[in-house]
Amino acid sequence: MGAYIIRRLLWTVLLLWVVSGITFIVFNVLPSADPALLRAGRRAEPEILKGIRQTFGLDKPLYVQYLNYMKHVFLHFDFGRSYRNDVSVRGLIFDRLPNTLYLMAGAVVVWLGVGLSVGMISAVKRGSLLDRFSMTSALVAISAPVYWLGLVVLYLFSKDIGRFPLLPGSGSFQEATDLPTRLEGLIMPWCVLATAYAAIYARLLRANLLDVLGEDYIRTARSKGLTERRVIFRHGARSALTPIVTVLGLDVGGLVGGAILTETVFNIPGIGRLTYDAIQRADIITVQGATLFLALAVCIANLLVDLFYSVLDPRVRLS
Amino acid sequence: MTEPVLSVRDLKVHFKTDDGLVKAVDGVSYDVGAGRTLGIVGESGSGKSVSSLTVMGLTRSRNSEISGEVIFGGHDLLTVSKDEMRDIRGNEIAMIFQDPLSSLHPFYRIGDQLVEAVRAHNKVSKAAALDKSVELLRLVGIPEPKDRVGGYPHEFSGGMRQRVMIAMALINEPKLLIADEPTTALDVTVQAQILELMLRLKGELDTSIVFITHDLGVVAEMADDIAVMYAGRIVEFGAKETIFESPQHPYTWGLLGSIAKFDSPRDEPLVPILGRPPSLINLPSGCSFHPRCPYVREAHKTVEPALEPVNGDAGHRVACLLDSGVRERIWEDLREGKRPEEARADVMAEEGAL
Repeated sequence: MGAYIIRRLLWTVLLLWVVSGITFIVFNVLPSADPALLRAGRRAEPEILKGIRQTFGLDKPLYVQYLNYMKHVFLHFDFGRSYRNDVSVRGLIFDRLPNTLYLMAGAVVVWLGVGLSVGMISAVKRGSLLDRFSMTSALVAISAPVYWLGLVVLYLFSKDIGRFPLLPGSGSFQEATDLPTRLEGLIMPWCVLATAYAAIYARLLRANLLDVLGEDYIRTARSKGLTERRVIFRHGARSALTPIVTVLGLDVGGLVGGAILTETVFNIPGIGRLTYDAIQRADIITVQGATLFLALAVCIANLLVDLFYSVLDPRVRLS
Repeated sequence: MTEPVLSVRDLKVHFKTDDGLVKAVDGVSYDVGAGRTLGIVGESGSGKSVSSLTVMGLTRSRNSEISGEVIFGGHDLLTVSKDEMRDIRGNEIAMIFQDPLSSLHPFYRIGDQLVEAVRAHNKVSKAAALDKSVELLRLVGIPEPKDRVGGYPHEFSGGMRQRVMIAMALINEPKLLIADEPTTALDVTVQAQILELMLRLKGELDTSIVFITHDLGVVAEMADDIAVMYAGRIVEFGAKETIFESPQHPYTWGLLGSIAKFDSPRDEPLVPILGRPPSLINLPSGCSFHPRCPYVREAHKTVEPALEPVNGDAGHRVACLLDSGVRERIWEDLREGKRPEEARADVMAEEGAL
């Protein structure tokens, strides 16, 4: 187990190295905006540009830039300084991280809560009106893009512009000063971010559970005279949920993409928003930093999922 | 005969499908006496599994239509409430299945699964239930049961898993055990061990058994009575000795002819039953075995045979339209090693001579 974790962590380092290489090539080798020009402002004097290039090491050959960047990242966990305002990228990320975590954690809770219960009910009541209704709505929800859904929800429910002003609108999270109002401001973003996932999980769990309920060991459970409730929850759901844990690890990674859009629509100062702003302003080093950081987060999430999986399924031995 | 433990009367299980009505079980009746073993024999799709799953109340298709009577302990199991049925299941009637590899939950320890079976029907502590589980595992011959209760199913071999299944089925001392091809998925040596175990336990626990199999060799070892099923019906019923000594149905002859015997010459070919089992949606008219029967007569294609006593012996019944004298002649020929077509030619010649 210990050896397994160490090996996985080494792989993670290798993976991050590959990711960093790719992002570096994408943003520095392929043509993009000149960071120095952006940094210098509107009237850029050649000397100022030169000064900026020297400060950030942009005048050095690319491979030197790359090696320097790698050195800082891997030895000092330092992602460099933002081209735009000279703030440490690591500092920027850690400042924004809690907001993204609030958003993601809440969304995961909502999507698992809604997705799993709907999937479970649909499977148990297969073919019923409720099942058909849930699965059709799930199909609609899967097809709705996050940014579109965000705008629609704002249009419908936000207190400032909504038709049915029930919930605080865009920007309320940023303006909030205490936790309750912050959480209130997150209700809509949570739901928006969770919708598609909840729908996917509902369908996934329904399909899994229906499969599992046809297994021989479910027939054995019934033949033991267990209550139907116990058969479904203890014997069926246990098996049906296990593969979902695997998917969850991958989806938490994918969630980051959704978080960028959600944070933008709802004006939440999280990592997604940071990345979005950095992309718009060609603040390449911040984009690189955020990308690497998120890659790290996905790797760790997957490692945790794999460890958890071995606890859930005794047939899986980590080696 | 004393009161039977299980009495099945005119059981019909039909499934509505898009292709038509599947008559999986079509009017089956049998009794299982106390402490006796009934072997139900037939090909795949003859309805033997469906009929016993129905006895357990485990036929769970919403498209099924079930009629008839299943009398157990004074109740008709087809009409009792779900809760009553659940009380009986695993407690008074237990079942073991064909594939021990997939019949145990892969995520739970053997001990937990046994404990669950005990506690589903008895208000006892976990510790007491675990003790009982260890005792049962020892009874079914699992070495070091105290350590093995903590193991997961995948850590057991196929034969050991079937022993665990048997332990689980017997843990609440059921009156009736339904064994649905319990040895089919096992290799032959393990199969012999499991059969031996079941025979021993049957003697010790005095449980009645319904033993479902397609293997006449297994039935010869296990059963007291034999019901031969074909296309959802019982075509012959009798004590084991009677079925092996003087079988009356051409299908039973076919089954007996298609197994190898120790005492027959090495080069003697086995005689297969020609053709395939009929579709249960479009059953053949008349006797449903007629398309495969070597001794078929024209009338058999329209008249349905009833399960009737052979020569007035209520313990031996057969559903065959052939005259009993003709059947005896054919069986004599077959016993002498003649092939079905020769036997048929013999009786036809005799009839022509008359």
